[in-house]
Amino acid sequence: MSETKKFMYVNRRAPYGTIYAWESLEVVLIGAAFEQDVSLAFIDDGVYQLVKGQDTAGVGMKNFSPTYAALGDYEVTKIYVEKESLEERGLTLDDLQHLVWEDEDDDWAEKDSIRLVSRAELAEVFSGQDVMFNF
Amino acid sequence: MSILHLVNKSPYERDSLDTAADYMVDGDAMLLIEDGVYAAMSGGKAASKISGMKVSVLGPDLAARGISEEKLVDGVTVVDYAGFVDLVESNDKVQSWL
Amino acid sequence: MKLTIQVNEGPYQHQASDSAYFFTKAALEKGHEIFRVFFYHDGVNNGTRLTTPPQDDRNVVSRWSELAAEHDLDLVICVAAAQRRGIVDDGEAERNKKDATNIAPGFRISGLGQLVEGGIQSDRLVVFGD
Repeated sequence: MSETKKFMYVNRRAPYGTIYAWESLEVVLIGAAFEQDVSLAFIDDGVYQLVKGQDTAGVGMKNFSPTYAALGDYEVTKIYVEKESLEERGLTLDDLQHLVWEDEDDDWAEKDSIRLVSRAELAEVFSGQDVMFNF
Repeated sequence: MSILHLVNKSPYERDSLDTAADYMVDGDAMLLIEDGVYAAMSGGKAASKISGMKVSVLGPDLAARGISEEKLVDGVTVVDYAGFVDLVESNDKVQSWL
Repeated sequence: MKLTIQVNEGPYQHQASDSAYFFTKAALEKGHEIFRVFFYHDGVNNGTRLTTPPQDDRNVVSRWSELAAEHDLDLVICVAAAQRRGIVDDGEAERNKKDATNIAPGFRISGLGQLVEGGIQSDRLVVFGD
């Protein structure tokens, strides 16, 4: 398996109400071992997955939001957040977790993982992908 | 690289048709399956969203829901499952708007 | 073309498994290769042999089993999703000390890597869900 493909994981679901967000994150974590060119997109209700300050103590479910902050360690460094979806929901980047990765080619400088893009820009990113994962 | 956009939900229940339509770029195609076929009925509020786009609907899903082909928006193509397979082959990848 | 099919919903509640079945069948009839069918989320429930649908309804589970037998299909149930939802084969029963199994013929339980591998090895990934 020497071939490298561009994988795009498309996230359009809010967390906790259904299991899709968590189980799709599990695929991303497992998939990281396959060393493909991985990107994540957060569109529509998917942007709610990245909201900071999640506390699930009262609903008895696992809080998986810290896992997003660990994605950089799995070399998942391209996280596209769609601007229109954020704005429609009254959110800004400040409402989301600050996700970073360390660039080993740049003296381990900490860099932002989140790329805020418009719907049109993200559509272009989609065009360049090889495989779309949907959950 | 072209995308086949799959929409399987009624436009009156979910926003997936809206989002999919926004993500259609030149050369892409859309296929409506399951409850997604309701979007292709002329006279419906959703019809304007797909007019002018390269849209197909899955015939067996239309028939199951009692929608005759005369009721479809102009320009929409009806395909069977074999045609669905052909659409998957003729586009470079598939995006399911679940 | 080589295809991987992903099924995200169980039988009967959603049309996803039916659509995936007819798509897979049509692809096989046209001479395409099905690399794998991967069952994820509630889709793992397509792999229990203990369902008993009414006589006048289709049998979603055995339909998959029969298609697999006919075309030597690789029907893979995600292990993590299966453990949550109680789909058990001999290996899982032994590992997790369960008193029964319920996996249907033609299905096997394996890891999420099988889905990722499907994405790498296939020309197309087609996902059916809710």
